Amino acid sequence: MSEHHEQSFLSKYVFSTDHKYIARQYFLTGVVFAFIGGLFAIAFRSQLAWPGTNIPIIGVLDGMKYNMLVTNHGLIMIFWVAMPILLAALGNFVIPLMIGADDMAFPLLNMLSYWIFLVSGVLLVASWLMPGGGAATAWTMYPPLSATQNVDPDAGLIVNLLTGGSILILAVAVEFASMLLGGINFVVTTINMRAKGMKLMDVPVVVWMLILATVDFMFSVGPLIAGAVMLLFDRIFNTGFYDPARGGDPILFQHLFWFFGHPEVYVILLPAIGVASEIIPVFSRKPLFAARWQIIMAVSSAFIAFIVWAHHQFVAGIDPRMAEFFSVATIIISIPFTFIMFANIATLFNSQIELKTPMLWALGFVFMFLIGGVTGIYCGSAGFDMYIHDSYFVVAHFHYTLIPATFFGGFAAFYFWFPKSTGKMLGEGLGKLHFWFTVIGINMFSFPLFFSGLYGEHRRIFNYAAYQPMMADWIINIRHISTIGAMILGAAQLIFVLNLIISAMSGEKAGKNPWKSNTLEWAAESPPPHGNFATPPACYRGPYEYSNPKKSGSDFWPQSEQ
Amino acid sequence: MSDVTIEKMPIGRLGVWLLIAGELVIFGGFIACYILSRLAYPEFGSPEAAGALSVTVGTINTLILLISNWTMVVANDAAKEKNTAKVKNFMLLTLALGLLFLAIKLGYEWPHDIAEGHTISSDAAIKGQAAASEVMKVSLFWSYYFLMTGFHGLHIVVGSLVIFIVMLGASKGEHLHRVELAGAYWHLVELVWVILFPMFYLIK
Repeated sequence: MSEHHEQSFLSKYVFSTDHKYIARQYFLTGVVFAFIGGLFAIAFRSQLAWPGTNIPIIGVLDGMKYNMLVTNHGLIMIFWVAMPILLAALGNFVIPLMIGADDMAFPLLNMLSYWIFLVSGVLLVASWLMPGGGAATAWTMYPPLSATQNVDPDAGLIVNLLTGGSILILAVAVEFASMLLGGINFVVTTINMRAKGMKLMDVPVVVWMLILATVDFMFSVGPLIAGAVMLLFDRIFNTGFYDPARGGDPILFQHLFWFFGHPEVYVILLPAIGVASEIIPVFSRKPLFAARWQIIMAVSSAFIAFIVWAHHQFVAGIDPRMAEFFSVATIIISIPFTFIMFANIATLFNSQIELKTPMLWALGFVFMFLIGGVTGIYCGSAGFDMYIHDSYFVVAHFHYTLIPATFFGGFAAFYFWFPKSTGKMLGEGLGKLHFWFTVIGINMFSFPLFFSGLYGEHRRIFNYAAYQPMMADWIINIRHISTIGAMILGAAQLIFVLNLIISAMSGEKAGKNPWKSNTLEWAAESPPPHGNFATPPACYRGPYEYSNPKKSGSDFWPQSEQ
Repeated sequence: MSDVTIEKMPIGRLGVWLLIAGELVIFGGFIACYILSRLAYPEFGSPEAAGALSVTVGTINTLILLISNWTMVVANDAAKEKNTAKVKNFMLLTLALGLLFLAIKLGYEWPHDIAEGHTISSDAAIKGQAAASEVMKVSLFWSYYFLMTGFHGLHIVVGSLVIFIVMLGASKGEHLHRVELAGAYWHLVELVWVILFPMFYLIK
């Protein structure tokens, strides 16, 4: 790997083994899917706000189409947006640069991971085109519905394989395989390829969080792969693993799904927290508060993440003693995250805050996520959950956790590392406009849903006209406000695209270190060439030495400076 | 804590161990499901279910896999001594034993089971039966059996391919360190079988 020649177009942009270009591929694929998933959401929110309205391209929704859109919106946003952007793209870009490596440990495997991921995306789109349409089983794919939708037991293997539900299971399984291979790369790279002198506690928090997220993913996804294979067999081989009429157990799938599904939330959350912890010290010119304890707390949360899954199943008929255990564990896991959030806020105390765009997104993440985190304690309490389960209260709760993590965390990272990745700055004015419209959008969309959810609005109904108590004027108003909020959220992203175009055409040059940051990636050229560093950097101190009195002349002290 | 380092470990070895860890969790998912069903349904041990599997054939297959692991270890030792002829011979032997295992599984055991009316699908078995009757629980056992031995068989196929590819290089003296990596994966495949064998064949 010592030689890095000029590359042809194909090997540089398409079949690239360079981690920086693979990161771009993941990011762009994720953005494309984010627009698809977002448009799906606006389509079905329009149906809720104005039942029977004629939606462009899709037409008037019936119950089945509505369910397909809801199902695929959830799956896209988790597996084809949050995962590729927050884990794969961010990890690929920052891990080698921040630890001072020239590339990933297995560059070829890295390329393979991306192409497998792309195949999974193609399979997902193909699943919508199958006879009978895409899966309409909600993103959790609970059997018996998911084991029987569009399945004809007498039709044979091939016919049942070529249905939306079966192809979707394949798509999800292929996506997991891709992320598993990518995860192996992340962990090996971080363990083995750190710069000379970089001890574990000198590794930036965001890299720690990415690795913890990867490990959580790798050790939780196995049971769901097993569960997905069994679900597929129920569909194509007429087995009865989840069919109670044949001795199977549908609750078994819920356990397998949530054993993965809940750690998955932390797989998305941890990198976003890491991004905030990375950006806040840079723009407050102060060392990260309790950096070491943030890492220890994150490690403990990564363990607790494995024993909270059944809080999704309180109404599924699980043993009440088990429900009590999972309630307590769920409330305990809020402790490490509360610690990290407040440590980030404590970093701001008595500092000179520069409200540049990346900082706005990072602070936005912290404050938006706190709303989601606090309501999570309500939802995790079994008694309260019995009442709000499957209501819009839960919808509002998880949109307040996942939108801040995926979009605020993701955009914070994007605005922060864009100058490094391309060598050009993004416009500050447009960036701030983008931020504030996104904040208005998410709050207008999510916050009212807490009230309609508490009032009892159930989330899986496509037209409330048949339920008179749900047609009160104020609830109809809430549906309108929420839908308009979702549209603002969607439209605000066009500002982002505009910002990108303007920057590509006439962005000012970034230079090596536009934010005066300490970590190793800022010692490389912007954009870093193939191979990243001209000479392998060495690491002399921790990443958060800002305003250190021992350093004279500047308020930052790069890790690579002797 | 800050001084912990495993930088001495070659990246290939580290990668394969992580892969093995991931695979173990997948098999762990299957095994946990089976154990939960097995605990709920004593019918899994009945003569129509576990009792219908031939312990003799299963034992022979287990021995074949165990021996193939020994030959793989010998090949690994030879690779360390850079004895390429010995590496090639013992890897070929491992490959042959792996394929023999597959031949017995797919060529004898599965057709034998299917001929006796035990299939992965539970449709034929449950026609006209009441819900959750003994026949259905037995048919669930066979679904698990074909699913898990099939998934394990897939790993034998992949492991054999890996051994074949590594052998092509190693016989020319190239990438001898890969013999150890292929061996580690082969041991995983054997480890899983050592768990599956008593679960399906012996516990009645």
